[in-house]
Amino acid sequence: MILRRMFKRQSEPDAQMEQGLAKTRRGVFREITRLFDRSELDDELFEDLEMLLIQADVGWDVSQQLVAELQERIRQDSITNPSDAREVLRLEMIKLLELATRNRTVKILQRGVPFVILVAGVNGTGKTTSIAKLAHYHQNFGRTVLLAAGDTFRAAAIDQLKIWGERTNVPVIAHEQGADPGAVVFDAVTAARQRSVDVLIIDTAGRLQTKHNLMSELQKLRRIIEKQIPNAPQEVVLVIDATTGQNGLVQANEFTKVIDVTDIMISKLDGTAKGGIAFSVAKEIGTPIAYIGTGERATDMAEFNPETYVDSLFFGEGEGF
Amino acid sequence: MFETLSDRLNDTFGKLGRKGRLTEADVDAAMRDVRRALLEADVNFKVVKLFVAAVKERALGQDVLGSLTPAQTAIAIVNEELIRILGEEQVPLNTPSRPPQIIMMVGLQGSGKTTHTGKLALHLRKQGRNPLMVAADVYRPAAVNQLQALGRQIDMPVYQEGTDQSPVKIAENAIRFAQERGHNPIIIDTAGRLQIDERLMQELVDIRNAVSPSEILLVADAMTGQEAVGVAEAFNDTLDVTGLILTKMDGDARGGAALSIRTVTGVPIKFIGTGEKLDAMEPFYPDRLSGRILGMGDVLSLVERAQEQTTEEDAERLQDRMMKGQFDLEDFLDQLQKIKQMGPLSQLMDMIPGVGKQLRDAKAEVSDDDYKRVEAIIHSMTPWERRHPERINNPRRRRIARGAGRERQEVNQMLSQFKEMQKMMGQFGQMAKKGKMPKNLPFDLG
Repeated sequence: MILRRMFKRQSEPDAQMEQGLAKTRRGVFREITRLFDRSELDDELFEDLEMLLIQADVGWDVSQQLVAELQERIRQDSITNPSDAREVLRLEMIKLLELATRNRTVKILQRGVPFVILVAGVNGTGKTTSIAKLAHYHQNFGRTVLLAAGDTFRAAAIDQLKIWGERTNVPVIAHEQGADPGAVVFDAVTAARQRSVDVLIIDTAGRLQTKHNLMSELQKLRRIIEKQIPNAPQEVVLVIDATTGQNGLVQANEFTKVIDVTDIMISKLDGTAKGGIAFSVAKEIGTPIAYIGTGERATDMAEFNPETYVDSLFFGEGEGF
Repeated sequence: MFETLSDRLNDTFGKLGRKGRLTEADVDAAMRDVRRALLEADVNFKVVKLFVAAVKERALGQDVLGSLTPAQTAIAIVNEELIRILGEEQVPLNTPSRPPQIIMMVGLQGSGKTTHTGKLALHLRKQGRNPLMVAADVYRPAAVNQLQALGRQIDMPVYQEGTDQSPVKIAENAIRFAQERGHNPIIIDTAGRLQIDERLMQELVDIRNAVSPSEILLVADAMTGQEAVGVAEAFNDTLDVTGLILTKMDGDARGGAALSIRTVTGVPIKFIGTGEKLDAMEPFYPDRLSGRILGMGDVLSLVERAQEQTTEEDAERLQDRMMKGQFDLEDFLDQLQKIKQMGPLSQLMDMIPGVGKQLRDAKAEVSDDDYKRVEAIIHSMTPWERRHPERINNPRRRRIARGAGRERQEVNQMLSQFKEMQKMMGQFGQMAKKGKMPKNLPFDLG
C-alpha cells in the first residue's frame, strides 16, 4: 500500500491568501495598526481596540479576553512602547487561531480507495463554488476528481454543479431534482470506487442547523458513505460565510456535533467582512479551520494560515512588521 | 449558546437588590448587559452605542411598575425602544404612480435573492396580480435555470435571454415583453455582488436608470455580522433602496443586522423569509424581531413548530381525553414522538421565554436520551398495558424492563410519574369544568 501525504503545502499558499485578502484588508482594519501609533498605552486605546475587534465579528467574549490578556501581558512584562504592545496582540491573535489548526489531522490518500469529501453548510454560504475550488485544488496535485450533486433540493443546484464540472473538467454524478440525496451519494461512491477515482467531493443542500430533520439527513448521508468505504468520508467540510456574525459559532458547533466536521472553509473573504468569527470558532469549538475562499473563480482558494490571516485582515501588510 | 438578556438582567438586578425606582447605578449596570446582548445579536457596535444612550435616558428615574421586577422594567423599556426603531407599522410595497410596478432584487451573493424573487411573485399572485419574473443574473452558473425551475414549481412565467445578453438589455426587453403580455408587476432578479465591486454596482445603477423601478429591495441574510451596515449603506447610497427583505429567519440567528440596517439607512424592513418553501415569506412584525434580538425566546416559532406536527382535531381530541382523565400511555407515546419531531429538547427549551437559567443549565439532565429511555419502556408494553397502565403488575413490570433493556426501578419510576401526571390532568379537567382555568396562560418575561 502506497501512502501519500495529502496536504503538503502548495507552492505559494500565503501569496495567494494575501492576494485574495487584499480587498478585505483595505477596510477599517488598518485601524488596529494605526491604533498603536499613538505615544502611550491609555485606556482609550483598549476601549477602541475592543470596539475594532467587535466590529470584525470577533465577538464580545473573545474580544474582551483578547484585550484583558493584552493588558495582563503589558503589566507583567512592563511594556510601555505601543508598538511592542501591538506585537503582543498580534501574537495573541495568531496563538488563538492556532487553536483551530493544531487539531487538524494529517489525511492520507490511500491508493485504490477514494478520498471522500462531504461538504455541508447553511444556505447561501457558497458550498457549490467551494466544491469547484476543492476540485481544482486536488487536480493541482494530479488527482482524479469526481463530483456528486447531492443538493437535489434547491432549484438548479445540479445544473450549477454541472457547469462547474465542465469548467474544471470533472465528471458529475447527478440524479433529477427532488431525488433522494442518499441515492445520489450511494451511486457516486459506487462510481468513485469503480472508476478508481482519487477524490470524490459531495455537494449537499444548504440547511439551517435548526432544521432537525435536515440535519438527520446529513447524518444519514454520512452513514451511506461509511457503509461503502470504512473511515470515509475522510474529510467533512463545513463552509461558513465570512460575513456571518455570531451565528457562525452556533453553526460550527451544531454541524460538528451532528456530522463530525473535520475542516472548516471560511468563504467570501474577498468582501469587506473580516471573518472574525474564526476566532470564536477556534476558541470555543476548536474544529480545524483549513481553507479560505477569496473569490468566485475555482482558483480563489487558499489553505488557512493563522499568521497570514491575522496580518492580512487585522494589521495590514508591510506596516511595521 | 448565548445567555439571554433577561437572565443577565435578572443576575445583575439580583446583585443590586430590589428597589422601587431605577437608579443611575441600576441603569448603568443594566445597560452593560443590554450592550452585550445587542453585540451578541450582531447589532452593529455604532448602533449599539446610539441605542444604549437613548434607552438609558428613558430608563433613568423610571418607576418600577406594579408587579414588575427591575429587570422586567428594563427589558420592557429596551423592548419598546427596539420596536420604535424597527418601525411600528408594517410598510407595504410602493405603488407606482402609473403601472407597471417594477421591483428590483439586489444584495450580496447567497443572501437569497432568487428564492425570494419566487416567493415575492407567489405572494403578489395571491393578491390577484399577474407577475413576471426576470432572470438578470447572467454571472452565477445556472442562476437562470434556478429561476426557471422556481417558475415551473409555482407555474409563474420567467423572462430570460440566457447569459450572453447584458442584464440592462434583459431588463429593458423584459418590461416590453411584460407590457405586451399584460404582466404586472415585474420582478427583476439580479446577480449577487459585493458592494465594493464598482463595475457590478454600476451595472445595478444602469438597470435602475433603464427601467425606473418603483421598488428596490435589498435582500439580506439574518445571520450577517457587523458588516451588514457597510453593505446596506453602500447599496443604499448607490441605489436608494426602498425596502429590506430579511432572509433565513427560520434559523436561530438573532437578526441584529436588521436593527443596524434600519437605524443606519432608515430603510423599512418589508418582509422576512422564514423557510425554503416558496410560501415561507411573511410581512415583517417588529415585536417578534425585538424579542428575538434580545434572546427572550420565541414562543411564536415554538407554536408554529407545534402546529406543523399536529392538526386541530388531534389537539381537541387529546384535550378531551386529558380532561376526562382518559390520557393513557398510547397518547403519551404519541405526544413524545410529536415533540421529538419538533427538534432537540434543548433547542425547544431555548424558545420558551422565562425558562430560567437553572432549567437551561440542567438540560444535560433532560437530554434527548430520556425520550429514548421512556420510549423504549413504552414500546416494550403490550397495547393492553399501554391503555391500562394502572394494571401493570410486578411480573409484567419485570418483563417490560427486560424487553426495554432497563432496570425495573426505571419502569416503576416511569409508571409512578405517569400516574402523577394523569392525576394532575384530572385536576385541570375539574377546574376547567368549573371555569376556573384562565384561557390564556400569560407568559412571564423574566
